[in-house]
Amino acid sequence: MAYVAIADADHEHAGHEPKSFVTRYIWSQDHKIIAIQYTITAIAIGLVALVLSVLMRLQLGFPDYFSFITPEDYYQYITMHGMIMVIYLLTALFLGGFGNLLIPLMCGARDMVFPYMNMLSYWVYLLAVLVLVASFFVPGGPTGAGWTLYPPQAILEGTPGATWGIILMLVSLAIFIVAFTMGGLNYVTTILQARCRGMTLMRMPLSVWGIFMATVLGLLAFPALFVSAIMMLLDQIVGTSFFMPAISSLGESTNHSGGSPLLFQHLFWFFGHPEVYIVALPAFGIVSDLLSTHARRNIFGYRMMVWAIVAIGTLSFVVWAHHMYISGMNPYFGFFFATTTLIIAVPTAIKVYNWVLTLWRGDIHLTVPMLFAIGFIFTFVNGGLTGLFLGNVTVDVPLSATYFVVAHFHMVMGVSPILVVFGAIYHWYPKVTGRMLNDTLGRIHFWLTFLGTYAIYLPMHYLGIMGVPRRYYAYSDAIDFIPPSAHTLNAWISTAAVFVAVVQLIFLYNLVVSLFRGQPAGGNPWRATTLEWRTPDTPPKHGNWGPQLPVVYRWAYDYSVPGAPEDFVPQDVPPGDPRAGNAPAGRDHGSAA
Amino acid sequence: MSLTVAFAALATGIVVWFIIVRRLTTRSWEVQGVGPDVPGSPTRLGSAKVGLYGFLAVVTSLFALFLSAYYMRMGYGHGADAPAPTDWNAIRDPGVLWINTALLVLASIAMQWTRTAAARGEMPRTAAGLLVAGALTVGFLSGQVIAWRALDGSGYFTPSNPAAAFFVLLTAVHGLHLIGGLFVWLRTAVRLRTRRTELIDVLRSIELCAVYWHYLLLVWLVLFAVLLAT
Repeated sequence: MAYVAIADADHEHAGHEPKSFVTRYIWSQDHKIIAIQYTITAIAIGLVALVLSVLMRLQLGFPDYFSFITPEDYYQYITMHGMIMVIYLLTALFLGGFGNLLIPLMCGARDMVFPYMNMLSYWVYLLAVLVLVASFFVPGGPTGAGWTLYPPQAILEGTPGATWGIILMLVSLAIFIVAFTMGGLNYVTTILQARCRGMTLMRMPLSVWGIFMATVLGLLAFPALFVSAIMMLLDQIVGTSFFMPAISSLGESTNHSGGSPLLFQHLFWFFGHPEVYIVALPAFGIVSDLLSTHARRNIFGYRMMVWAIVAIGTLSFVVWAHHMYISGMNPYFGFFFATTTLIIAVPTAIKVYNWVLTLWRGDIHLTVPMLFAIGFIFTFVNGGLTGLFLGNVTVDVPLSATYFVVAHFHMVMGVSPILVVFGAIYHWYPKVTGRMLNDTLGRIHFWLTFLGTYAIYLPMHYLGIMGVPRRYYAYSDAIDFIPPSAHTLNAWISTAAVFVAVVQLIFLYNLVVSLFRGQPAGGNPWRATTLEWRTPDTPPKHGNWGPQLPVVYRWAYDYSVPGAPEDFVPQDVPPGDPRAGNAPAGRDHGSAA
Repeated sequence: MSLTVAFAALATGIVVWFIIVRRLTTRSWEVQGVGPDVPGSPTRLGSAKVGLYGFLAVVTSLFALFLSAYYMRMGYGHGADAPAPTDWNAIRDPGVLWINTALLVLASIAMQWTRTAAARGEMPRTAAGLLVAGALTVGFLSGQVIAWRALDGSGYFTPSNPAAAFFVLLTAVHGLHLIGGLFVWLRTAVRLRTRRTELIDVLRSIELCAVYWHYLLLVWLVLFAVLLAT
């Protein structure tokens, strides 16, 4: 049967390059520009969240010195920091940023299949960010309900931002979900429909697999957040009682009765747990590609890696209540969710083993992206192991609401994905800009960030085991189970946190200066096999591939193939080509030797 | 959440099916070259249709979650050790909902008729069918507003009654999805009126509209059944 690449058939616009500055860079329908727009916006709002975390740590480490931070401010910082980092930075950056950049380039398409909707997706995302930022300027300030926004306290008087703040937060989330749905449908459809000739599903790089599965999770899980946001908005504005029980507030009865705060928790975490994997799966995929490329070795167990991504995605829908062990539930449910939580560790562990085995006997180049990728493996294993503690009901109960939990989730879904984000930016920046990032600055950035985050989070585990509760504005001396050493440790953690935050300026400086002064990158500076490095121009022009779409003849991991003249064979090199060498298909080419 | 978990299970089934059908068992490191023997090429459904099916999955998740919330909220307070009687005052569903249901069924039939006419290249029938389908849909939406008013006059319509609040919420969300469909319908109808437009230009839009209308009819039938039963 003749095969027509939909990538070509659907993209008449690809031949019509935008001429004006506005259509090229602002109202752009080009996936690469949209990726940059998403990335810049996500990093900008992420910096706001970073500053908020610094303010929180200053208060915790040195409670007597920062009188301008009130308890209300502190709760608002916590809430906005958490929500921004999880949703508006990580989700948007991995899927809107890397998804937009990598899917068409790695699949050999000219663009996303619905470019107009893709453009809308970004602008609606920006609107969501602006609505969120607006909440800093409304009476009462942003919500201080904690990033989980649990009712009833989220909308009761006495909680910071319980009027305008929470409304803007919920509206912003609803807008974000609309934006994500538009983008997500694009990513999934493009991966399914617009791959170039020869690019079968099992030849796709794992980055695309990770982004694909994360998008599927997002499309199915974000509606839960949407439903809870809409219902809580109605509770707040109209006075319904979906989540609000009969309750007195500041000595007066409210009009609410009969609502179920637990219902909100179920809905929230039905979204909230897959959200962990919405962030993690793209990171898993990207780190697989970074490790393989910079170790000059094919990814170990590619097929198992794909299945693990699918299995993790599927299982992530049946573990949500492990976030609610202390909310009260039938013990059998607790047993069920603890079991599913431990089961999900199996495919995750398979991935970790495969990453390590990919490095085994590889020709490891300790480039900056590779340093970040290896840093990710360490950090993810750390965070994953503490997850085993918290997944068990009996261990979770005493550790709940302590700094152990804070340390765990920051290791597993804060630091780990951020290390991958950095690694990915160092890896793909040359393709986006045509210039290399400064290597020395990159190494300094890596080591200071990597060691700095351990200086923050390792002691935090210890605080948690001591029972130091999270979410406290200050720890007075009257709390006698907290020894003075905990205060010293808090001061240390805060100092390290400020240090790590300042170190990020090196990265920002590198990003900006290398744009003008970086070494020219050439088309394929990492000597990688995947299609994005095979574009005729760097940075790729509108339509990506010139007149002819690429044709794919092999999987994405032909590194160190015995008999090949170079240590990589790109995906578009046909069998029999001198660049492919004379090795037969199915050979063992794991060793770089 | 059992409804939603059931949907998640269904989605998992689809993933497993996908793995089997799309042959994710291939040893891609062994197979080189291109051609029909290389499995896992894109589907022939068409991007717009794949995008629409993806959107319908999102909408299914949305309504499954709303219905899960509906049943959980209704059951709250009914347990053996329930602290207080439930505040759920079941509402008497307005009779106009039956007429509305009939209108939406007819709209769906008209849309299918339009689709068939368009596929056969019959321009006048296509235009007429599209107009009738849209008019019936507007009729359905107007009927829903009448149902709200009827409920408003019944004394049950207070925000504090979760049955009434859910009734309005569910019908409003369903109605908003139909209004979204009407935008596409309007665009298609306007394009059809343009002299230079050939049927082939709007065939895909009509097909997508028909799928969407059938789907929203199905959603409404489920919602209506739930509202009647509770």
